[in-house]
Amino acid sequence: MSRYLLRRLLIAVPSLIGISIVLFTILALAPGDPFGELASNPAVPPEVRVALRAKFGMDDPIVLRYLHWLVAMLQGDWGFSFVSRVNVDTLIWQRLPATLLVIGSSQVLALLIALPVGVFAATRPYSVFDQIASTFAFIGFSLPTFFTGLLFILLFSIHLDWLPFVFRSDLAATGWRWYWEEFRQAIMPIAVLGMFQGASWTRYVRSAVLDVIRLDYVTTARAKGLREGKVVIRHVVRNALIPVVTLVALQVPAIFGGAIVTEQIFRVPGIGSLLINSILQNDTPVIMGVTFVFACLVILFNLIADVLYGWLDPRIAYR
Amino acid sequence: MAGSTPASLTGDAGAGRELAPQVSPALDTWRRFRRHRLAVISAIILLVMGLAVILGPTLWRVPIDEIDFTARMEPPSAVHPFGTDDLGQDLLARMLYGGRISLAVGLATMLVSVLVGTLVGAVAGISRGSVDAALMLVTDLFLSLPQLPLLLLIIYLFRDALKSVLGVEGGVFILVVGVIGGFRWMPVARLVRAQFLSLREKEFVEAARALGASTLRQVLRHILPNALGPVIVAGTINVADAIIAESTLSFLGLGFPPDIPTWGRLLFEAKDYLDFAPHWALFAGAAIFLTVLSINFIGDGLRDVLDPRKVM
Repeated sequence: MSRYLLRRLLIAVPSLIGISIVLFTILALAPGDPFGELASNPAVPPEVRVALRAKFGMDDPIVLRYLHWLVAMLQGDWGFSFVSRVNVDTLIWQRLPATLLVIGSSQVLALLIALPVGVFAATRPYSVFDQIASTFAFIGFSLPTFFTGLLFILLFSIHLDWLPFVFRSDLAATGWRWYWEEFRQAIMPIAVLGMFQGASWTRYVRSAVLDVIRLDYVTTARAKGLREGKVVIRHVVRNALIPVVTLVALQVPAIFGGAIVTEQIFRVPGIGSLLINSILQNDTPVIMGVTFVFACLVILFNLIADVLYGWLDPRIAYR
Repeated sequence: MAGSTPASLTGDAGAGRELAPQVSPALDTWRRFRRHRLAVISAIILLVMGLAVILGPTLWRVPIDEIDFTARMEPPSAVHPFGTDDLGQDLLARMLYGGRISLAVGLATMLVSVLVGTLVGAVAGISRGSVDAALMLVTDLFLSLPQLPLLLLIIYLFRDALKSVLGVEGGVFILVVGVIGGFRWMPVARLVRAQFLSLREKEFVEAARALGASTLRQVLRHILPNALGPVIVAGTINVADAIIAESTLSFLGLGFPPDIPTWGRLLFEAKDYLDFAPHWALFAGAAIFLTVLSINFIGDGLRDVLDPRKVM
């Protein structure tokens, strides 16, 4: 297992380098000169401008500039936020836990919806339950997260007044009360994200289970006299999950997209809302840092998917 | 096209069996599509919405930017069927106008992604070897990019430059279409490549090759038409994805400028007035939802017709 993990980690390195190249290219192609203001300022002589450009390496060949940038990123020198006057990495570390909490819990919720519903629908294909489940799945992933979020606020916060619609990081309560308040304010963003993901996963699970349940080894398991529940859970689901994990891994970037939107709607103080705010305030170092963190998170989640894959399918793990 | 054309003329053509009437592929496709009831209903809904946004502004002649402070945030009424926003602007007119942009972005993005994806997939599938490996590496890299953050970053960096070159509406339109399309071609490329890898070994392609058809002719005449079914399905789903992506950008306040009321932009403006004017957000959100749902159902119906192996 550890060798498999190590190999996967090594495969992640080229992806990270590729992503950093893409990021840097976007940045290098972007119009606008950081010293443009100096050029139009008569008080700054042109020699100073040229010296400044040379000092910051603006005229170096692009490969050299990329390497400089990469080394700085690797050393944790991510720059300084123009707006909040804090180092970018400090800012991101402050915001990351909220994002991971919301994304992690919503994925668990999505699994709790998708697995039972998908398996149950696939064991009774074209039944009434299957048709209702598949219609709801269609509705679920056709409802954009920003609209579901607004509907939830309208229903639960404004009409029923059950839940707060602003996420606060400075809850006044302590002990159990704190957990309760935290749960109350986190439930809507988690539900919005989880339902969206759960809807599309339900379809994946259903079709994967349908593919597996017709195979001969399942008939064998039944012929041995195993109970139907045991056949489905022990024999069918485990193999059906292999393609599902692949599809889910492909969806990871979309999950982060949804997280940015939900954080913005419910004002969750995570890195998604940090990204939006820094874009609206032209805070370039923070934008770069957060985008890079999102890229790393995508790779990390793909890595987790790979590990799961190896656990589900032992044929792959030690090859 | 099962059963529509007899396999051979010398067979049992006249032997007591009644000849089935000749059915064109298009008619056959339609017959099979018709069996998916939800897809047909969705197609009708989408057609009505399309006609509404194309013809609507000529029939409903209220200007989209007429400010009327005596009628702020009014609920739906006879004068304003969809109500008004915080400046007293008529929401029906704004939604009809914004719908044009939303639907146009969806279609144009689909075209971009399908063209790029087909090109990459076809080149990879036909050339194999190192070209294939390199192209698939790029495809996998694009698949693991965090799309929304990069979309936001690119639009933030390039918006002003393109605006000054192509004008506000055109510049943002091309930017949004290009960038969203640039992040949606990968599934199409993978599909096309997989189709090419299996089709190029089929007998009919081998026959064409034996007859001396050039590679280009093999691809264009023989392989591509047969690979198109799943591509059409993926393209349909891409329209829905692109509409959601554009609305997301506008909803975050980073898509089209405020004077172009796309559906996402309307939601963005409405979200701070949910308690006073819920109709404002509900109509715009329902329009996005209905469009996306219809397109997804049509895609599902098309999948039954064109790509029957994949039951999803």
